[in-house]
Amino acid sequence: MQIDYAAVAPELVLTGALCIVLVVDLVLPDNRKGLIMPVSLLGVAGTLLALLALAGDPTRTTLGGMFVVDSFAVTLKILFCVAALLTLAMSYDYLRKEGIHQGEFYFLLLCSLLGMLTIASSRDLLPIFVSLELVSVPAFVLAGLQKIDVKSNEAALKFFLFSILSTAVMLFGMSLIYGITGTTNLAEIAVRLAATPVLRSIAVLSVFFVVVGFGFKISAFPFQWWVPDTYEGSPVPVAAFLSVASKTAGFVGLLQIMFIAFHGLADVWRPFIAAVAILTMTFGNLVALTQRHIVRLLAYSSIGQAGYILLPLAVVNVNGGSVNHEAFAASIAYLLIYAFMEMGAFSVAVAYGREGGYFIDDYAGLGYRAPGLAVVMTVFLFSLAGIPPLAGWAAKLFIFRAVIDGHEYWLAVAMAVNTVIALFYYAKVVRRMFFEPAGDGPLGVKVPLLLQATIAVSTVMVLLVGILPDLAAHLARMSTLV
Amino acid sequence: MDFLAHWGLTLSVFLPIVGAALIAFTPKEQEKTIKFLSLAFTFLPLVVGVLLLRVYHIGMTGMQLETNRSWIPSIGARYHVGIDGISLPLLELTLLVTFLCAIYSLKWLPEPHNPKGFLALMLLLETGMAGTFIALDLVLFFIFWELVLVPMYFMIGLWGGPRREYAAIKFFLYTLFGSVFMLLGFLALYFRASPHTFDVLQLQRIGPSLPSGIQNLIFLGMGIGFAIKVPMWPFHTWLPDAHTEAPTVGSVLLAAILLKMGTYGFLRISIPIMPHAARTYAPLIGALAVIAIVYAALNCLAQTDLKRLIAFSSVGHMGFVMLGIATLTQIGVNAAVFGMVAHGVITGMLFFIAGSIHERYHTREIPQLGGMALRLPILGGLLAFTAIASLGLPGLAGFWGEVLALLSSYNPLSALSSHTFRVYMVAGGIGTVLTAGYLLWMIQRVNLGKVPAQWEGKKLVDVQPLEMVAWAPLLLLTLGLGLFPRLIFDVTTHSVIGLTKLLGG
Repeated sequence: MQIDYAAVAPELVLTGALCIVLVVDLVLPDNRKGLIMPVSLLGVAGTLLALLALAGDPTRTTLGGMFVVDSFAVTLKILFCVAALLTLAMSYDYLRKEGIHQGEFYFLLLCSLLGMLTIASSRDLLPIFVSLELVSVPAFVLAGLQKIDVKSNEAALKFFLFSILSTAVMLFGMSLIYGITGTTNLAEIAVRLAATPVLRSIAVLSVFFVVVGFGFKISAFPFQWWVPDTYEGSPVPVAAFLSVASKTAGFVGLLQIMFIAFHGLADVWRPFIAAVAILTMTFGNLVALTQRHIVRLLAYSSIGQAGYILLPLAVVNVNGGSVNHEAFAASIAYLLIYAFMEMGAFSVAVAYGREGGYFIDDYAGLGYRAPGLAVVMTVFLFSLAGIPPLAGWAAKLFIFRAVIDGHEYWLAVAMAVNTVIALFYYAKVVRRMFFEPAGDGPLGVKVPLLLQATIAVSTVMVLLVGILPDLAAHLARMSTLV
Repeated sequence: MDFLAHWGLTLSVFLPIVGAALIAFTPKEQEKTIKFLSLAFTFLPLVVGVLLLRVYHIGMTGMQLETNRSWIPSIGARYHVGIDGISLPLLELTLLVTFLCAIYSLKWLPEPHNPKGFLALMLLLETGMAGTFIALDLVLFFIFWELVLVPMYFMIGLWGGPRREYAAIKFFLYTLFGSVFMLLGFLALYFRASPHTFDVLQLQRIGPSLPSGIQNLIFLGMGIGFAIKVPMWPFHTWLPDAHTEAPTVGSVLLAAILLKMGTYGFLRISIPIMPHAARTYAPLIGALAVIAIVYAALNCLAQTDLKRLIAFSSVGHMGFVMLGIATLTQIGVNAAVFGMVAHGVITGMLFFIAGSIHERYHTREIPQLGGMALRLPILGGLLAFTAIASLGLPGLAGFWGEVLALLSSYNPLSALSSHTFRVYMVAGGIGTVLTAGYLLWMIQRVNLGKVPAQWEGKKLVDVQPLEMVAWAPLLLLTLGLGLFPRLIFDVTTHSVIGLTKLLGG
């Protein structure tokens, strides 16, 4: 079998970097472990360069059609790399301060990233499954890295157990599909499912199993129970990575399977997805209202956001066409924008967490003690809430647009109501920061340089895409698979 | 001149946001620089606004000074702006009132003292408000519309009265609730139109031929957004809180300009694009309008807080505007636009005065005031003048909007039931009597009578020169528009005729 090495170059670069990180960790003395960060950063940057070299090329297919590099794959891989870069920059000072095993951390993070890269190229159930595991397994360990912290242990254990269970269900679903169709190739599955209407009921069952599996990864209701505890217990940069990159990886797998392999059964699963999406956003937003811990608030908010991203799947048309294209593009555009606003909010949480700001109560008066930090936090929160002219607004517009294009007016109304509920808790944090007098906390918050960089990048992207939404919309439309 | 014709509108709308950015990068200790910047960047847009009058052709129907550029091609939204006779007066009003607020803020800034934040937000607000009146693309309109929310939220929540946090979040949530439905309406309109477009002018050609069921549904969705902003009864409950708690400048801008965004939305978007639905809903809108008039007047009679009284009176005055719009006639819509401008001028002025009274007495409770004409004759005189203008005395600006709105409901669009509207007219007429009642009673309690013992021997300063400078344009307009209503009607009539033609009037 011929391998197109250009197509897998980014993955090869990253694998190389992984090995180097592992070796460097072995040879470095304990007090110099921080150096692994720049090495990892270079590795991801190299991967990013290799990806950019692939951008704009015609589609490449290799490894017997399992591995495809098209604009969809390249766009999402770039997004994963950027998310990883931001996470790395966010982690450096955090890990040194918390005394977390730095060598292991960076190695595991890059492993997880490798899984994300391959899932974006997988057009076959097998590599999708393997990639998804590669994303998750290192993440279990990452979540539990603060070994002596009970909450971190709980985070890892919950994450692990839920993940294993859902993976088993998903794998069962996949095996059923293989049993019916005799193939694991996504496009081929669609063809054979259409040709064998007799086994439709089993096909539907397997679709449900697969969706359940992904529901865990993307934290959809009712598979979201692990999220708040895991995010809270994990090191905060890990929570950021999980909520952005890992969730996006789940969506990437789900979108590929639903749009390519299962769209022929859309009539059956559409109402189910619609219900899951609405329940997910409603649950996330309602529970977020009661949160007092900032990371838990962001966790529930990210559940709400997952509901929005899922919603366009509820308008998928059996016969394909422009509605599917728009729905796919809307989800991708939301993922692109979501990454930056979520990373930004988590960066601020990391920055202020250094000074002991874990609870929303701690944010009281931040607007007076550290106005800059409070203003950018406001930008991220209002962007998540969907207030124009910030990027999150454009993201919601694309979702609304796709849903209304599919004539699902009630779903759009449900999401609109959710947007209003969500504003309440985002504004709650903003209110604490600005409307309450500065407490006894110290004046000014020292933000390390690298963290400043992640915040700056996120802010610029949120503002830029907010004013010129076409940057995200155009990219998303280029990067659909239907 | 050519540059002005193409980019003048854009300039007048975006200059304030430039000013806001400059202020954001000025250290907060340099208060003089900050105040100068706020003054300069509200004055420059006003200058541009006045120059625009020279290139604007008053006798022409249709949009002028248009700019239409590509913006978000992948969803079909464009940067399309322009003005006609309906938006021009509102744009000029926005530019003027914000400049006056900047003058007022030179000396009087609300507590906690933070000119940097306050003035930057005010400039941001100006961009949102002015932009709403020139946007001719639904997505662009929506952005400007929402741009207003955040600055106003902070203005109320940071610099407001005792119940500021409650008022701020209530304002925010209410308006957002309305605007998400408005957005859904916009999107539904987009997909129903063929070819798909967000362009208001194109939609005005395509929209009327949409099936009536669809029109009714979309009109309702958008209507919620606009009605909350106006605010129409029963969506008005955010307003008394927001107005009362907001700092003086915030109340002035809310009353003078923000409320007009709602009525403007009806005139620019809902009615011309969906004339069938407009005819269907007109009786309902009219009914809600007269309920608002009477309800607000009764509420005003019960108020003891001066600012809250003025706030409720806004509900009533906007009721007259909506009644004029609901008739769907040339006279009614003209009256509505006139009423919008007049209300902006008069109620803006009333909120300035209420702010100044609070500045001096540190209370706005009407029973605790009294005898103000004795202690502060100029301020008392201005309050009486403005309140009388507000109740619609002939010769002052408040008269034309109200009387023509009532007059037009005697004879609404032929498709509407004239019986119904005549009932509205009578109810509205009773409302005017009540309005006169509560305003005169307010003047009596505040201005006349004995000075309460607690103010004896206290030093109270009458109107200061800077206040006079900030207020003079509004006072002159109150008189000028009252005596020469043609100043507005000449500008509006042609565009209003264009609008009512779409309705089959």
